[in-house]
Amino acid sequence: MTAPAELSVASIDEHRDDEAQARFDDLIAKDSRIEPRDWMPDAYRKTLIRQISQHAHSEIIGMQPESNWISRAPSLKRKAILMAKVQDEAGHGLYLYSAAQTLGIGREEMMQQLIEGRARYSSIFNYTTPTWADMGAIGWLVDGAAICNQVPLCRASYGPYGRAMVRICKEESFHQRQGFEILLELMQGTDEQKRMAQDAVDRWYWPSLMMFGPPDDESPNSAQSMAWNIKRFSNDELRQRFVGMLVPQAEVLGVTLPDPNLTWNEERQAYDMSEIDWDEFHEVLAGRGPANAERLRRRREAHEDGAWVREAAAEYARKQAAKAATAA
Amino acid sequence: MSGDLDPHGDVTVDRVALAEELAGEAAGAGHAASADVAAYALGLGDDSLVLAQRLGDWITRAPELEEDVALGNIALDLLGHARSLLHYAGTHDGRSEDDLAYFRDEPDFRNAWLFEQPNGDFAHTIARQLVASTYLVELYRHLEASTDATLAAIAAKASKEVDYHRDHAIQWTLRLAGGTDESRRRMVRAVEQTWPYVEELFRDDAVVVRLADEGVVPLPSSLRDAFDSVIDQVFAEADLARPEGRTAFVVDGRGREGRHTEHLGPLLAEMQVLARAHPGASW
Ligand SMILES: [Fe+2]
Ligand SMILES: [Fe+2]
Repeated sequence: MTAPAELSVASIDEHRDDEAQARFDDLIAKDSRIEPRDWMPDAYRKTLIRQISQHAHSEIIGMQPESNWISRAPSLKRKAILMAKVQDEAGHGLYLYSAAQTLGIGREEMMQQLIEGRARYSSIFNYTTPTWADMGAIGWLVDGAAICNQVPLCRASYGPYGRAMVRICKEESFHQRQGFEILLELMQGTDEQKRMAQDAVDRWYWPSLMMFGPPDDESPNSAQSMAWNIKRFSNDELRQRFVGMLVPQAEVLGVTLPDPNLTWNEERQAYDMSEIDWDEFHEVLAGRGPANAERLRRRREAHEDGAWVREAAAEYARKQAAKAATAA
Repeated sequence: MSGDLDPHGDVTVDRVALAEELAGEAAGAGHAASADVAAYALGLGDDSLVLAQRLGDWITRAPELEEDVALGNIALDLLGHARSLLHYAGTHDGRSEDDLAYFRDEPDFRNAWLFEQPNGDFAHTIARQLVASTYLVELYRHLEASTDATLAAIAAKASKEVDYHRDHAIQWTLRLAGGTDESRRRMVRAVEQTWPYVEELFRDDAVVVRLADEGVVPLPSSLRDAFDSVIDQVFAEADLARPEGRTAFVVDGRGREGRHTEHLGPLLAEMQVLARAHPGASW
């Protein structure tokens, strides 16, 4: 092929890209949905792959702290509810991996990134669950924070992500209610049960506030995500909203939120609160939380122990397809 | 992968309400189980409870995420059956499902030995599931016609669910037996080590003989032919042999009499530990 022809092909591509970019910008400006078949800028695609896969990993790793109590749940009803909840989280992981796959990344690749420690997941799941009351605190605080984070994502500009979030949010609100009920039951129980509930709230309150991410002035990726209609509210706005939801619920429960400086500021129309311990946040993020190693080890073992099963299923499917081909 | 499996719908915590409704219906029917019916419901309830407890251990450890969901679903169904059955058994002497699950000791559990066997590798779990679900499909199908309205209602609901459990087990039996050399070797071994526990499921005892006379339950021995014929079809397709009469070892399962293998004690200790640490507490 001659040089001029190559040039002209390149310039046609460039022209097409400009048009596609304009169409994309227009869809974003109109707050419409981007679908997998639509052209999208590389950076948008990469941001979404990172965010959705991290979110999927969080659902999957997030099964572990709660699965710890399935075998020991103190009543059959609680056992059933907890089992169903952990199942829901597996389902969330599956929807989200599917959503990420529409952007051109495979599930196996994402799983490898996770078990090799190259991918992130929500740091909250690196905390441990030493008592039954942790099942209540996780539902109330962790699923509660997840809802505040995720409800705005139902309107995320990328269609498959937004739609996955709609299904997920419905279930998360059940989870939060179930967690609240666990704590309520404990707070109406024996002194020992009450102590157990307060202790769990003491341990999960601050980590749940960290789930919204660093303060706005230290959150470098937020502005671009907001411009792309992926993110709708800033970290600090969502954190405020969450605390606003917790305060009256804590009163109903009779638990104390472990922050002596937590007060409503009439002037700012917001809660004043103590400084979050960001050193702890960064330590856990860097892999030095209470259970980081354990969470990854469990996921890696399940994946490796199951390799022969997945290979068997793939081989069986190949043989069946070959049989069908000869028959046809 | 496994896309051809029925994902068994979406699970949500809503589903657990079903078991409660059913338990409520049984209570609403206003009749307490007779001593024989209570003993029978207890055995069947214990089978389901112990198997649900075992399967729950796969959650977060399954070979693929779809199996975390599928095995968890099956465990959840079985737990629902157990709750209905234990609730009904408890109407005989005023004990709740939780009294029965958490405050009985090992010799008072009446499950057959198959259900308390460890999960082993995935092939062992599938072999145990194949036997358990094939047996339960036949059992519930007959129990739907029970002259005892509560047992019939529980069976009608359970029937549909164990049908799915059997499909799941059959699909995986075929995949593992017909997959790689390794999976086949594991499946063959799992079948050999599971088969000694089959016999106990089909043994008639004095209680079931009395209940069968009144049309309340089918005789376990009467279910054996149907069980064998399903297994034979599956094994023919999977190219597996039924190790009848020449099992790897012989066991004399006496679970219905309260005698158990070494595996039940630790399972119960774990299941009951929290409830027993707070007697009388509500959760
Ligand atoms: Fe979730
Ligand atoms: Fe959740």
